[in-house]
Amino acid sequence: MAHFTKATSVKDWLNQRLAIEKVEKVMASEYWIPKNINFLWAMGMVLAITFGLLLVSGIFLLMYYQPNVETAFDSVNYTIMQEVGYGWLWRHVHAVAASVVFLIIYIHMLTGIYYGSYKKGREMIWISGMLLFVAFSAEAFSGYMLPWGQMSYWAGMVITNLFSAGSLELNGVVEWIRGDYVPGQAFLTRFFMLHVLLVPLAILALIGVHFAALRIPHVNNQDGEDIDFDVEAEKYLAGDTKGSKVIRFANDFMSKDMFVVSIFLVFFFYLVFWNYGFAMDPVNFDPADGLKTPAHIYPEWYFLWSYEILRPFSKDVGLIAFAFAQVIFVLLPFLDRSPNVKTANKRGLFGIWFWLLVIDMIVLTAMGKLPPQGIYSTIGLVAAIGFIGLWVILPFITAIEKKV
Amino acid sequence: MFKELSILAVVVAFSLLTYWLVEPFAHSQMHAHIETKHFKYADLPAMTKTGNAAAGKDLVMGAGACTGCHSIEAAGMPAMMPAVDAAASYGVNPPDLSAAGAIYDANFLAEMIKNPAHATNLDHKYPADGSKMHPMVAFYGAGGDMDQEVADMVAYLQSIAPKAEEVTPKVAFENACGRCHSMKYKQWTPIGEKTKFKYKKDELRFDASVLDYQDYVVKYMGKLPPDLSMYYRSRGEHFLETFIEDPQSHLKGTAMPRVGVTAESAEKVVEYLRDAADPKHAEREETGKNVMIYMIFFVLFAFLWKKEIWKKLH
Repeated sequence: MAHFTKATSVKDWLNQRLAIEKVEKVMASEYWIPKNINFLWAMGMVLAITFGLLLVSGIFLLMYYQPNVETAFDSVNYTIMQEVGYGWLWRHVHAVAASVVFLIIYIHMLTGIYYGSYKKGREMIWISGMLLFVAFSAEAFSGYMLPWGQMSYWAGMVITNLFSAGSLELNGVVEWIRGDYVPGQAFLTRFFMLHVLLVPLAILALIGVHFAALRIPHVNNQDGEDIDFDVEAEKYLAGDTKGSKVIRFANDFMSKDMFVVSIFLVFFFYLVFWNYGFAMDPVNFDPADGLKTPAHIYPEWYFLWSYEILRPFSKDVGLIAFAFAQVIFVLLPFLDRSPNVKTANKRGLFGIWFWLLVIDMIVLTAMGKLPPQGIYSTIGLVAAIGFIGLWVILPFITAIEKKV
Repeated sequence: MFKELSILAVVVAFSLLTYWLVEPFAHSQMHAHIETKHFKYADLPAMTKTGNAAAGKDLVMGAGACTGCHSIEAAGMPAMMPAVDAAASYGVNPPDLSAAGAIYDANFLAEMIKNPAHATNLDHKYPADGSKMHPMVAFYGAGGDMDQEVADMVAYLQSIAPKAEEVTPKVAFENACGRCHSMKYKQWTPIGEKTKFKYKKDELRFDASVLDYQDYVVKYMGKLPPDLSMYYRSRGEHFLETFIEDPQSHLKGTAMPRVGVTAESAEKVVEYLRDAADPKHAEREETGKNVMIYMIFFVLFAFLWKKEIWKKLH
């Protein structure tokens, strides 16, 4: 039994029971971050804030949304968008944040790849991050079903069909996932459950793991320098804040984060009020109609690159390529055979590999939206093969990389 | 600082490139671009005669036989039967002509009287060989100069119509679109506005009438014309304008008639569609401005805080 004395203040009272001073040190003032960083290091905070916006706007939407095939569309487009005071604002914030969160995730991921922040003890940061990407994808897809528009319905049809596994024709699995032969009430209700409960729980848990994974290996820095955090922290605490290579998480790192967040929010609210079309597809403002296939079916922009890896091949090959694209990023720390933790541009062939990957994914993204005809199919096929090729050669080009 | 800005420039450049590819470029490839012809209806013969409204009145009420099917409430001629029965007879409820002179283009009205299949751009549905007739019987002349007679009738319709600027967006929509299309976010059904009912059974009777009416329209049109509540957001302003001007331009072979509205009326129809699908646009603009003003202060204070904290760090 711990020893408790009469508290001298509220803080002391709490301290004896919750060790709040200790917690504050561990979590904030003596959680050490390298000083040699740029604004890309604030993407984690930008993501946390965006997730917060999604959570809060989602709670408000949940008060009026009706997960019923008869009323879902009108509950979104009439009740929320027109009748509820500022309902349109919450919906626009939710829709735009859901799209923009992926832009930031991709920037965050590519930053990690560029600076080599997935190796030498940082493997779990990368893996938990990629699991978060999967969870966010599931969250985005399940949320896309809820307005029950044409794109909701047909995206639901196409994506659940993937689980028939091509020539294996596991139609029973597809029916089991849908709870029906085609997307219907059972389908909508279960995706509603996934969207508002199960997947958010997984995301919250994974965010915890992701943050925890940072504690031991510490955050990487711009030059991949191996910093002795204990020595540098002592220097900082002794008063040499200018000479120390580390800064406090709060308020040092936090103040820079919040400045980046503030710029991001200007961009974000510009999109919410004036340029939301990219995040709210016009086709989805037509109510779901199982007898009328839209002229073009395409996913939201952030899934286009993997959609295009599925599309240009024959059914079975496409599915295998698609599965490959889904898991391959997770394996990055093990496919990169070089011990160098340096910016990609200082790593010779890897630098070329990185920029080719970025360009290839942008090409795939563009082709994934365009109708699969003529030259677009050919470009898509080349880019899809290129994507697979890039990952196949990665272990070889990194194995011969010189130590820098 | 320079380094941070260069990194930002790279990130922004790649993001913008991706945006341009998946939005403006992809959409330009997916949808044919149709230019508006400014509601000139150049394919319709222009009227050469100046009409006489008094003579037109006699024709409309008499030899022209318009009032055999159409009501003209502005001239004290109410509908002869309920909308559902009219649809049973003609496929769709023939329009009341009170505001026709203000809403529709004069050349269109003239051609509508002489050759409705051509005016509505439905020659593919009602071919010249007469194998299938447009439900509106063409006017074959009352014995005089036919062009003059048609001009007189158009003049009469214009004389009883309200001034063009007095036609509200709602009236323009109900006349031009509302006998085939419903718009539930405006409580509109093709047989009229659905008001609040005191008794459930009265509401059910009304709903049943709508369904009966729609059955006739389906028989007439081939499929149920869609509810237009969200069309402003699902199709966009440019599509709506060009589609109203000539449905065939976007959807070759569609059974939807060209409705022949004037440019001014088309604008009103689109305004009404916007009002149904996006009634909060003004509030959105206003709120957006206020949020941006707030954000300027947020950025400013965030910057000052960062500067203050980092003074001791480098």
